[in-house]
Amino acid sequence: MIDSALGDKPKFDVTIIFIYLALVLIGWMSIYSAAPVEQYTSILDFNQVYGKQFYFISLAVLLIIIILAIDVKFYERFAGVIYVVSILSLLGLFVFGKEISGARSWYGLGSMSLQPSEFAKFATALALAKYLSQLDVSIKDIRHFLVASLIVVLPAIIIVPQPDPGSALVYAAFFFAMHREGLSVWFLMLGLIGLAIFLGTVIIGPGWIIMLCAIALIIGFTLSRKRYKKRLAKKPKIWVYAIYLLACSGLALAVNPIYENVFSERHRNRIDIVLGRVEDSQGIQYNIIQSEIAIGSGGWIGKGLRKGTQTQGGFVPEQHTDFIFSAIGEEFGLLGAGSVVVLFMVLIYRLIIMAERQRNQFARIYGYCVAGIFFIHFFVNVGMVLGLLPTVGIPLPFMSYGGSGLWGFTILLFIFVKLDAHRMSYQH
Amino acid sequence: MKKLLLFFFVSLTGVIFLARLIHLQIFSDELKLKSELNAVKTVFDYPERGFIYDRNGKLMVANQTAYDVMVVPREVKEFDTLELCRLLQMDKKDLERQIEKAKNWSWRKPSVVIPQLTQLEYAPLQEKLRKFPGFYTQRRSLRKYLVDHSANVLGYIREVNQSIIDKDNSYEMGDLIGKSGIENQYEKELRGKKGVKRFLRDNFGRPIKSYENGMYDTIPQAGANLTITLDSRLQEYGQQLMQNKRGGIVAIEPKTGEILSLISAPFYDPSITMGRERSKNINALIRDSITRPTYDRGLQAEYSPGSPFKVINALIGLQEGVVDPDDRFYCAHGYNYGGRKKLGCHSHASPLAMERGIAESCNSYFAQVYRRIIESHENSHVGMDVWSNHVKSFGLGNFLGYDLPVGRKGLIPDSDYYNTYVYPSGNWYATTTISNSIGQGEVIATPIQLANMTAAIANRGYFYTPHIVKEIDGKATIDPKYRQKRQTTIDPKYFEPVIEGMNQVYKTGTAASVQIPGIEVCGKTGTAENFMKIDGKTTQLTDHSVFVAFAPKDDPQIAIAVFIENGYWGSRYAAKIASLMIEKHLKGEITRTDLEQWVLNHTLEHEYEKPYSGEPFQINGPPVPLEGPEVYINNDKSLIN
Repeated sequence: MIDSALGDKPKFDVTIIFIYLALVLIGWMSIYSAAPVEQYTSILDFNQVYGKQFYFISLAVLLIIIILAIDVKFYERFAGVIYVVSILSLLGLFVFGKEISGARSWYGLGSMSLQPSEFAKFATALALAKYLSQLDVSIKDIRHFLVASLIVVLPAIIIVPQPDPGSALVYAAFFFAMHREGLSVWFLMLGLIGLAIFLGTVIIGPGWIIMLCAIALIIGFTLSRKRYKKRLAKKPKIWVYAIYLLACSGLALAVNPIYENVFSERHRNRIDIVLGRVEDSQGIQYNIIQSEIAIGSGGWIGKGLRKGTQTQGGFVPEQHTDFIFSAIGEEFGLLGAGSVVVLFMVLIYRLIIMAERQRNQFARIYGYCVAGIFFIHFFVNVGMVLGLLPTVGIPLPFMSYGGSGLWGFTILLFIFVKLDAHRMSYQH
Repeated sequence: MKKLLLFFFVSLTGVIFLARLIHLQIFSDELKLKSELNAVKTVFDYPERGFIYDRNGKLMVANQTAYDVMVVPREVKEFDTLELCRLLQMDKKDLERQIEKAKNWSWRKPSVVIPQLTQLEYAPLQEKLRKFPGFYTQRRSLRKYLVDHSANVLGYIREVNQSIIDKDNSYEMGDLIGKSGIENQYEKELRGKKGVKRFLRDNFGRPIKSYENGMYDTIPQAGANLTITLDSRLQEYGQQLMQNKRGGIVAIEPKTGEILSLISAPFYDPSITMGRERSKNINALIRDSITRPTYDRGLQAEYSPGSPFKVINALIGLQEGVVDPDDRFYCAHGYNYGGRKKLGCHSHASPLAMERGIAESCNSYFAQVYRRIIESHENSHVGMDVWSNHVKSFGLGNFLGYDLPVGRKGLIPDSDYYNTYVYPSGNWYATTTISNSIGQGEVIATPIQLANMTAAIANRGYFYTPHIVKEIDGKATIDPKYRQKRQTTIDPKYFEPVIEGMNQVYKTGTAASVQIPGIEVCGKTGTAENFMKIDGKTTQLTDHSVFVAFAPKDDPQIAIAVFIENGYWGSRYAAKIASLMIEKHLKGEITRTDLEQWVLNHTLEHEYEKPYSGEPFQINGPPVPLEGPEVYINNDKSLIN
């Protein structure tokens, strides 16, 4: 299994490794500070979250060594197997899963628990990359597109009813990889238009939205007519626009029944809060308000490690997991939180650059998957902590407390680091 | 394009997040404030409330330790309900209701199960409460009353309510505040200043550690001790005399304006506003709309002053030069002032000059003096205003400005008043308002106004604003306005003939029966008619018994007004009580024990029941002795603790 490629001296990307280390260490420091403990003990105390995280990090380092040591071809070759194992492990949750705070998302291993959905991400990324990189497969072919979509959507469908809709949302990240391979941006636009109609209907009601859609389509149609008359475009077909309008109206009219019946009270509340439709500082809005207070009180340089009154007082629930960014904001201020944002931006930029420099389509697709997944996590988690997005319980990569998450993200990243290191010699 | 989509999204997201961070962290000051409010727990160190002493240094109000039984629902384990009920001396149902209430309020924060247990009630709990995890006692400082009188003056304290907390941020839930009397008026002085200890706290409100090493902590400042102008002995004595009667006694030291005595009957023991029954007791007091024990009849009750008001008219007549002390006026069992109307009078010698006019309280005399005052000006309106200003200079018809939180203005009419409320046509004359001459009609006053008026007469033309506080923390740092002379509009030289008349009231006139050996009293009796609406019909009730006096004549030490509701003749109740109070104050002991026994053993309760009996009744009947064994003055009250 040791590297076998002839004359292949791996060139590991140092930048990405440094960013990884920086995020992990800042994360661990913040977990240490935000830990819900009565009394600080040794940082290696396995009974405390920071102690556990230390062991998680140690194990992640071990995982990195193993990943980098394995033959680079292994990942592509075994992508299908890994994917199937991953899907089975997700399905197994319905039988063997351990329920923690209402969700059957974990396997219990003694005192530890593993969350297979964290590992399903890299498995799906491998499978998608493997499928799309086949020479006779093109995303533009509708059948191939459907297979690729199935690969992506299957784990998401299994995860939603666990219930863990947040983790399922992450699978939207694969759109970026598919787009890079030729999927029209209109799929994204469609999604965004759908979202806009959905939120618009929730806020101002279906009647107005239908009217706005009609106006937009009439404007669109008129513009197309003009372009046609100037011989710039084909003649617009009025029935196509009529179908658009019908679809928009249908969606708008369906929103309220869906909103009231499909969404649970909890999710409705979360959306309503971000839309400013309800005020409830002690109840459901509490997390967000406390999180904003914590960040806002940080100022330029923060209150210092373990000096944040919000953080030390434990005012932000789940602060060491999903809300870890608020601890950074309070204790390290704009300097610290801004640095983390920039680090994530650089991480994703770097991943895109690395993906683009791959000669091998499998590696490129996989690289885009990795970049997309980190982007979605970063976007949803930090957006939530900053009070810009509804509360969705997904972790901030490398920083939030939790073994499964850290290991899942580490594997995801370092498989790509390994692929990238061999980019000069690695062929299909 | 396809290479840039993710790049674009990452950049956009990053920029939005950075902008949001800058907005939250640099420009949102209120978030920093909120974090302070969140994270810093302020624990108050309560100072001891100031003591209250009487003018002779007798301690009237101190503090005692009381205990609240508290519960933290989260920490409660299964326990023997019956045993706890027995310990706390409460019903199982009540206990369960309290615990339920506590749970609804908070599982982690303590709630009160039983408030204000006294030391005696607490003693048996002390050891045994340990068997009940989640329950504990918390010390509190409460008022301890060393006297059983003066509740109307001292006032009481209660826990603040939300509306007070909203208005004044120095109060917190559970703090105590003076609700009436001196406790209310001198709340700021008495409460002292709370000490503050700040802790960092966690989201359950539990303190973690001292905030900034105690840099912002302060030490509590004890409340100031008050010395009040009341004489506790006089209060105690007067209150006993007022048993079975309703009315007010106000005594003032003319030289200083200090209120020596302020008694309102019916009265209650101030101690009932403390302890576990306090809510029940206070509500009962407030809800009693018939006897109205919380209504201070010395300060708030407005009565027609009756005959004592005549002396004011005599003084004004002299000042205005419309009457000479030697001018005699006829009285034919009253005064005919035109047509068929007649202001009646009782039988006495006639004609009378001023001294005897006052002594005999001749209505006819004062009606004519009053008429001359009003008619000596170009018209009745100008005359009325001149008269009104003279009367008001005695502190009548407006708030006196004393330092107690309740009071009434009374009423001294002027031309505006008649034009607006009584005779809008403007056609009114001295004869139309003739009742003012004898203190009936539109004129009304509170007992403290009458006492103050008497003090002004005793001082021959000036008074000091009556006040209740003598010293704050041992220093005579009272409001300078209480040291300022307030002049009346009457020249001092005109007082002598009037004072002679008042002396004659006591020596040979209407109050001759209440003489005290060795004390020269100047007084004036009053028998004030009064009415009440019963079932919509205005019905006359037994006259109020009124007496104002000062003594001794040449070096006045005390000016007093006594108002006994439905006591009939001024000399029947008010004069007796006033003379006993004067003797108690001047001599310290009572020589006329026959007078004392008479007052103690006569009751007016039957008078107060009449309007509510639903049956027709007679008024102005003979005095009614108290049933049962004879009552004596109890001098051992000062021993209660």
